[in-house]
Amino acid sequence: MRVQLDSAHTAFRDEVRRFLDASVPRDIRDKVEAGKRLGKEDHVVWQRILHRKGWLAPGWPVEHGGTGWGPLKRAIFEAELGATPAPPVIAFGVTMVGPVIIAFGNAAQKKRYLPRILASEDWWCQGYSEPEAGSDLAALKTRAEPEGDHYIVNGSKTWTTYAQYADMIFCLVRTAGAGKKQESISFLLIDMRSPGIAVTPIVTMDGGAEVNTVFFDDVRVPKANLIGEEGKGWTYAKYLLAHERTGIARVGLSTRLLAKLKRIAAQELSRGRPLGEDPEFRAKIAAVEIDLLALEATVLRIASTQGAGKPPGPESSILKIKGSLVQQALTELLTEAIGVYALPYQPEWFEPGWNGEPVGPDYAPSLASHYFNWRKVSIYGGSNEIQRNIIAKHMLGF
Amino acid sequence: MDFSLSEEQRLLAESVARFLEKEYPFEKRRALIASELGFSRDVWRQFAELGWLGIGSPEEAGGLGGGAVESAIVMEGIGRHLVVEPYFSTVILGAGLLRQAGPKLAPLLAELGEGRLMLALAHTEPKARFDLAHVETRAERAGGSFKLSGHKAVVLGAASADHLIVSARTSGAVAEAAGITLFLVPKSAGGLSLLPYRTACGQRAAEVKLAGVVVEAGQILGALDGAAVLLERTAEEALVALAAEAVGAMAALLAMTREYLKTRKQFGVPIGSFQVLQHRLVDMFMAHELARSTSEAAARVLGDAASLAADRARMAAAAKVQAGRAGRLVGQEAVQLHGGMGMTDELAVGHYFKRLTMIDAMFGNADHHQRRFAELEAAPA
Repeated sequence: MRVQLDSAHTAFRDEVRRFLDASVPRDIRDKVEAGKRLGKEDHVVWQRILHRKGWLAPGWPVEHGGTGWGPLKRAIFEAELGATPAPPVIAFGVTMVGPVIIAFGNAAQKKRYLPRILASEDWWCQGYSEPEAGSDLAALKTRAEPEGDHYIVNGSKTWTTYAQYADMIFCLVRTAGAGKKQESISFLLIDMRSPGIAVTPIVTMDGGAEVNTVFFDDVRVPKANLIGEEGKGWTYAKYLLAHERTGIARVGLSTRLLAKLKRIAAQELSRGRPLGEDPEFRAKIAAVEIDLLALEATVLRIASTQGAGKPPGPESSILKIKGSLVQQALTELLTEAIGVYALPYQPEWFEPGWNGEPVGPDYAPSLASHYFNWRKVSIYGGSNEIQRNIIAKHMLGF
Repeated sequence: MDFSLSEEQRLLAESVARFLEKEYPFEKRRALIASELGFSRDVWRQFAELGWLGIGSPEEAGGLGGGAVESAIVMEGIGRHLVVEPYFSTVILGAGLLRQAGPKLAPLLAELGEGRLMLALAHTEPKARFDLAHVETRAERAGGSFKLSGHKAVVLGAASADHLIVSARTSGAVAEAAGITLFLVPKSAGGLSLLPYRTACGQRAAEVKLAGVVVEAGQILGALDGAAVLLERTAEEALVALAAEAVGAMAALLAMTREYLKTRKQFGVPIGSFQVLQHRLVDMFMAHELARSTSEAAARVLGDAASLAADRARMAAAAKVQAGRAGRLVGQEAVQLHGGMGMTDELAVGHYFKRLTMIDAMFGNADHHQRRFAELEAAPA
């Protein structure tokens, strides 16, 4: 972090950095640095290392396995974790369903699910979007009809990241109720091995298949899997969106991408000189670096003024929009940096265990795919346009 | 650690807001910029009483002993209310240079803090653009004194200043950092002439011509040939102060634009109900928030005596880049969203837009500081 910290927080940051740097297994680090595809096991191995240190879910209350760190320490940790060449912690369990279970789940749900999230025994995915309910999420149609002590679930969820790995899915489903469409939505936990669930991959333009459509055909879900009350799912989902406000900026990831960009720009040549000395390219790097610095200063400002009980403002929307734009600018510059070697498409290169000779410099094969894939960050989790609607509502009340 | 203000800083911010809110209505400013002097000596006296003129001066010089954060608090208020008193030229530049130049200038600082001394920095030149080291003005030694000749461009607050701080070359070639010396020159000195004018944002400046102005060696500020480091350090403080002023001006424009979108009706509804306008307001809001974070972070870095020189330089540059780019966006969009009314002299919107435009042009614009940022090697984190 370039933005200044006092000595206690600098010491904390250094401690975190030392641990993270020493703890990523070599083979996983190599894959991340090269931009190779990560498998489920890579994520699980890394999350268990963090869990053993007690740092997998820093934002959780201490009694459930959290750290007790305040918002500023958490923001520093998030930035350091993101800057570490390691698999990203899968958010669906730790930062999404976990906090909802903690806030609104019953004792049995807490006892069952929270330890399994921390131990990476359950891989969670998120069942929000539907083919006909994207930005208009509250229009979702997947129904849960009561039958004895079960719900019968029918419908489909889409853009479901890593559904192919998941043990559990948390879903927003339509239950009985009249009035506003938000008031008949419930929050339901569903075992992915239930009969009647089918997962179909969606291939994205970069050639990857990390998202899926999940179909529910008369899936029986115990009523014990309902979070809180029927009809309150929308409230819980909104709580989740405002939770963990600072991590969404992904300052750490962008810091790592910026360092990579500078390394590559020093090696690539432009008119016989390092690309990093080309005035136009250098100006582009400086522009995004200054924006990243502003983003980081904003994260720290928000973290340090974030008080308990203070209602969430538009902070997470600001960080989502600016964070996504900075990440996208960096992936774009990385692709621009390698010039003509953006062209070769080498899908086999991404596969673990492939030992062939890549075309072009060894840092080049993943960059164009990463750029294409990263267009998603301004679309998912509430598109940047939806985020602007949220901020505008805070400002204008319309 | 708390990134928010200390108790004392919070009280200062409150007092700045309270005073300017009450004593500096827009219509008063309108009258002031049309007056011959261009500002109010009465307001200046009140600034002195509030301690703002000695904000960064040491306590032994009658000051408040504040740093860059305290200066930024006052500058933000100045930006929010479009204050035209020559605070930037006398306090940020003038007192800043006196402090850098050494402890023997404490009596002058005290005078300045009491409102009895106004200064202007006559440094930049017609061909210098934003290069601090570009000094063509010459100071020829003549016995125990110097003879200054040259042309200084856009000297802010020159006409109302009692003394000018003039940079001149005592050795070295044009654009060389070494060999620049600062002289404290009474405005009444023979051979010194002013071509005063108004700036586009309602302030006052002048072209200053020096035709063999005789200055005693005792009037040198700092070391002979050694002004570059003083100027650089003061310029850093100026960048952060201007960024804070821009943040204040942006905050005011945002509030006005937000209010306008809520109340102005067209097609039978408030225009703020249109999504295309909402998103533009949000982009203004975000630009302002990011510029504010950077400006505040830069003020903290400059205000911390333990900061590394490289961090100071980079943060000051980054703050000015963000302020320049955000200021342009917020200013242009505020005018646009106010429609025809935004074009009028009657509304404050255009006045803020003009000031933000001028701030970007001062002490290096966004492109200039982006280039410097890239050139400055990052200090290890």
